Amino acid sequence: MDKLRRTLLKGAGGALVAALAAGVLIPTRVLAAEWNKSAFEAKDLASALKSLGASAAADSKDILFRAPDIAENGAVVPIDIVSNIPNTTSIAVLVEKNPNALAAYFDFANGAVPDVSVRLKLAQTSMVKAVVKADGKFYTVQKEVKVTVGGCGG
Amino acid sequence: MHRREFLQVLAAAAAAGFALDSKELLAGQGAEERYDVPRFGNVSLLHFTDCHAQLLPVWFREPSVNLGVGSAAGKPPHLVGEHLLKAFKIKPGTPEAYAFTCLDFEAAARTYGQVGGFSHLATLVRRLRERRPGALLLDGGDSWQGSATALWSRGQDMVGASRLLGVDIMTGHWEFTLGHERVREIVDRDFAGNIEFLAQNIKTADFGDQVFKPYTLRQIGNTRVAIIGQAFPYTPIANPRYLIPDWTFGIQEEEMQKQVDEARGKGAQVVVVLSHNGMDVDLKMAARVSGIDAILGGHTHDGVPAPSLVKNRGGQTLVINSGSNGKFLSVLDLDVRPGSAGIQGYRYKLLPVFSRLLPADPEMAAYIEQVRTPYRARLEEKLAVSEGLLYRRGNFNGSWDQLILDALLEVKGADIAFSPGFRWGTTILPGDAITMEQLMDQTAITYPFTTLTEMSGATIKTILEDLADNLFNPDPYYQQGGDMVRVGGMTYACAPDARIGSRILDMRLAGKPIAADKNYKVAGWAPVAAGATGAPIWEVVAEYLRDRKSIAPRKLNLPTLIGMEQNPGMI
Repeated sequence: MDKLRRTLLKGAGGALVAALAAGVLIPTRVLAAEWNKSAFEAKDLASALKSLGASAAADSKDILFRAPDIAENGAVVPIDIVSNIPNTTSIAVLVEKNPNALAAYFDFANGAVPDVSVRLKLAQTSMVKAVVKADGKFYTVQKEVKVTVGGCGG
Repeated sequence: MHRREFLQVLAAAAAAGFALDSKELLAGQGAEERYDVPRFGNVSLLHFTDCHAQLLPVWFREPSVNLGVGSAAGKPPHLVGEHLLKAFKIKPGTPEAYAFTCLDFEAAARTYGQVGGFSHLATLVRRLRERRPGALLLDGGDSWQGSATALWSRGQDMVGASRLLGVDIMTGHWEFTLGHERVREIVDRDFAGNIEFLAQNIKTADFGDQVFKPYTLRQIGNTRVAIIGQAFPYTPIANPRYLIPDWTFGIQEEEMQKQVDEARGKGAQVVVVLSHNGMDVDLKMAARVSGIDAILGGHTHDGVPAPSLVKNRGGQTLVINSGSNGKFLSVLDLDVRPGSAGIQGYRYKLLPVFSRLLPADPEMAAYIEQVRTPYRARLEEKLAVSEGLLYRRGNFNGSWDQLILDALLEVKGADIAFSPGFRWGTTILPGDAITMEQLMDQTAITYPFTTLTEMSGATIKTILEDLADNLFNPDPYYQQGGDMVRVGGMTYACAPDARIGSRILDMRLAGKPIAADKNYKVAGWAPVAAGATGAPIWEVVAEYLRDRKSIAPRKLNLPTLIGMEQNPGMI
């Protein structure tokens, strides 16, 4: 990225912070969906999926899921998910081995593009799973992300 | 005398116990044929990798243990000793057998002499270039680290040597352990207009911008050639992240495909990846990314005599790995027809650099002399004499590492010692002196701190499992390309084919099982986390060596291996 773009974005970021501070945007009202308490508090993958109603999610090749094979830093693991399934209304991100399996949940209203990037904290090497809801049906894709002590490279 | 007669005379002389001059021996095998490789086609690439800053000729013993697991078992590069000779039809007892394997290492070393050295490499490069106008010289990285002079000059000795050698393009790994600012300084200042530093898989951690140019388009004769750089994907994990805090790496397979497609779109007839992935990762990548004609790789230090042909949906890709320590130079000649994409044919040779057969290039020799001068007294300090062979390479241990472990255990007063599974480091023949320079060949890094930590048995087990998985995970994309951590004081068994959590078994200290909840004193060095301050490893080992003067042959602490009896990656 060139220097100019960086400066502009910095400026834009500043503007956003200012808008939030001034109460122009109220995050809680921006979110139309309800907080799924039982899913977020579920201690394991199976119960989190059950709370989402996604226990029977089918594997799909139409979800683009980008995650590192080995995390450079387990505390900040970048994940990108794009759903190419028509009428996608939500994307959930789950980490099997975390104390709370459901890490993030996104709703897409009125045809919003289902393209998200998140930074996850992984307690240990784990399967990371995306669950997409489209036309009331659930689809999934997953990948193992390794968290390692490192060192000793060739 | 004809070659056959000469060889017969030679055999007779050897049988009679004559001392033979190595130059004659090597010449008997065809010195001229060896290095005057006829040109083929119209596009030539020369490649070396992982020289680890070895400016002078060295001894370098190839491993006797280089296990492949899963689908990699028994395939190159996981062949050693006779298994390698057989697979590549190399005759035992030849200079090639000496270069590519560890068989009869000491005797062969005394017969055929040292390998590598930049002044000898320079002569070879010049000779090959004479017949190959426009040939590019590619350096796969790990050039600015591995010696005392590279550490003390912060890579500057190698920067000068690389320019003098005529390197055109490079990528990196250990370079980054000099810190991001130093790397930028060399690339932007010393390399500008001379050497292009490429890496498609390094981006800024904040906005994902390219840190280095991903690829370059070069004209060789009438052919447009793209070279794409692939740095070591796991640098921030295998080495300290704090040295490159703003950069993110990874294999970036999709991005690689995009770069290949973009280069083809710009008219590249040949696409080559200059890779520091490690050979197993190269092989997997070659099967999944299409449109690459050849991958010239390094990192795992595999000197493989012939390319591996990997099929993919776009056709096939040649995967080549060119060894380490300046011991080899790859010559890849391609036949590319006007107007067509891809190659019609190729010839490949991995040439061992036998120092005695290649006269030193005077300009390079003078340069090396000059960079060593200010450090000479420190380099030449004689610490002890080694009675046995000291080497590093091997999946589980080497005699040099055992010596480091023994020193750590004693000097640090530890129960158990760990030494990283680095693959660089030269070899010392029995009876030769161990100088400070040679000790630095094993230890010269920018985070050399030694540590002494209380660890529970459970923690030790977790660490060993984790590190074994970095070596033996059946999916190469989860491997980091180092060898297994070397372990002193404690014995264990290892089942490479098992899953993580089940590979490390029967851990014992002085015959007694290690208890999960008991604490042990563990010494180590090269911590990747920030904030360590212990004495540098070379000081600890130097103290141990000076105290002894003469170093008896080491007894290697090796794990009992399970399920590897038939694996040709071990002799």
